[in-house]
Amino acid sequence: MIRFENVHKTFGQQHVLRGVDFSVDKGKSLVIMGPSGSGKSVIIKHLIGLLHPDQGSVHILGKDVASLDQAGLQQLRKDMGYLFQHSALINWLSVFDNIALPLRETTSMSKNSIEAKVMEVLGLVKMEDARHKFPSQISGGMQKRVGLARALVTEPSIILYDEPEAGLDPEMSASVSHMMRRLKEEYGMTSVTVTHSVNCALTVADTLAVFEHGRFLISGPPTEVLNSDHTRVREFLGAPID
Amino acid sequence: MNPLQRIGARTLAPPIEVAGFGLGLALGVLRRLPQIPRRLRTTLDQMYLCGVKTLLVVLFVGFFIGMILALQLGYELARYGQQEAVGFAVAVAMVREMAPVMTAVVLAASVASAMAAELGTMKVQEEITALDVMSVDVCGYLVFPRVIGMTLMAPILTNLASIVGILGGAVIAQTQLGLDFSGYMRNAMESLSDNSFFGLPRGVYCSQIKALIFGFTIAVVGCASGLQAQNGASGVGNSTRAAVRNSIILIIVLNFFLGKLVYT
Ligand SMILES: Nc1ncnc2c1ncn2[C@@H]1O[C@H](COP(=O)(O)OP(=O)(O)OP(=O)(O)O)[C@@H](O)[C@H]1O
Ligand SMILES: [Mg+2]
Repeated sequence: MIRFENVHKTFGQQHVLRGVDFSVDKGKSLVIMGPSGSGKSVIIKHLIGLLHPDQGSVHILGKDVASLDQAGLQQLRKDMGYLFQHSALINWLSVFDNIALPLRETTSMSKNSIEAKVMEVLGLVKMEDARHKFPSQISGGMQKRVGLARALVTEPSIILYDEPEAGLDPEMSASVSHMMRRLKEEYGMTSVTVTHSVNCALTVADTLAVFEHGRFLISGPPTEVLNSDHTRVREFLGAPID
Repeated sequence: MNPLQRIGARTLAPPIEVAGFGLGLALGVLRRLPQIPRRLRTTLDQMYLCGVKTLLVVLFVGFFIGMILALQLGYELARYGQQEAVGFAVAVAMVREMAPVMTAVVLAASVASAMAAELGTMKVQEEITALDVMSVDVCGYLVFPRVIGMTLMAPILTNLASIVGILGGAVIAQTQLGLDFSGYMRNAMESLSDNSFFGLPRGVYCSQIKALIFGFTIAVVGCASGLQAQNGASGVGNSTRAAVRNSIILIIVLNFFLGKLVYT
């Protein structure tokens, strides 16, 4: 479903990705952890065609992302949801309108069914009460949840989460993690998640990978990775919770 | 790269890139003209924003320009005993040149800059990227209503500027040159009495064409600068400045060619 093959990416002098390989099967979930500034968001941006590899290839649903034209890319993106690290909500639209936007602009759904769908995803992230507010009137964590609702509203089959738990309190963070897991189990969504939270990784991941210096240090089932004796991985993740 | 190439790359490449991007955006807007019914509400919103909010400034500037023209031309004409012709002169200058250009400059300073700042902020906060990722058509959703709104509003504002400008001239004609109001107005209307050009006085035709094209250009430049903003808040500042500067340059240059086109 998602295949990353020997991807290299350089910004100026900075070699951010140095031969990254991974694949994610349908309905599975890959979680990437790694130090700040290591290039995790850059990986996510390659998946959705915002960046293209200098070398190597990215295949999504059997298509080479770099070779797609604008129309092909748009078609592919309709199947994908992306939760931005900094939410990226449209600041002059209310919470409701932000979430309704992709439906209004890219589908021919009726007004009523759009409203029903938006209220449904707002319920999922527990934000119904804030639907008339504007992004600047809600907290960072709430913006994150609205961003999540917006990513879900088009019912994508692949979803990319860039730090879904950032800015959320522990309870909300756990609830978002459980929601991510439910989306995988109930709707069979495929996902790639970047996170700094071990709890989130444990809840969501089928495969956990640790990324540093442009490469994966290790990848495998989360418990295995957390208990690995790779020194750098132990150092980075801290002592595993027994 | 040798130093000469480097100078070339630094000085020539960026404006060519900007111009190319702007042209692409302009064509994109024209291609989406059939979307007007779907975008009607946002287009009307933009017309309100760019029209109603600049109306007072346009009227104020227009009135003073009319007074300035009457004052300067009036004294010169009076030296030859021709002060009755001041209405004619003010009307010609106002309708053909001053109203379209001054309205466009006011729009560039107040609306193009706002468009550049607004879209620029969206760009640097990844909101434009988010729209792309959701497959929302950025040109249709953001640029089209702004450009069409401004293109429709500019001629209306220009006409209002012409009218208050001629009235401003009348004030001076009456108080400083000792002409009576009705004589001044009759004289002014004379300048607009040739219906030779597709049933419209050529002067009005000239002013409307200019206003339409200026409005379109200013909005495209404003949007294009905003969408090309980079590097945070200072990038937004740069794109705002570029929007105002480039649209004023284009207004002046286009004004020459459009005037030549209609009057030859
Ligand atoms: N468009 C770009 N142009 C230049 N450099 C970039 C660009 N995008 C990312 N980088 C660089 O690539 C590196 C990795 O950035 P990235 O945003 O992927 O980090 P990250 O792993 O997501 O960190 P964080 O956990 O803090 O979000 C950074 O050093 C950044 O400066
Ligand atoms: Mg990141």
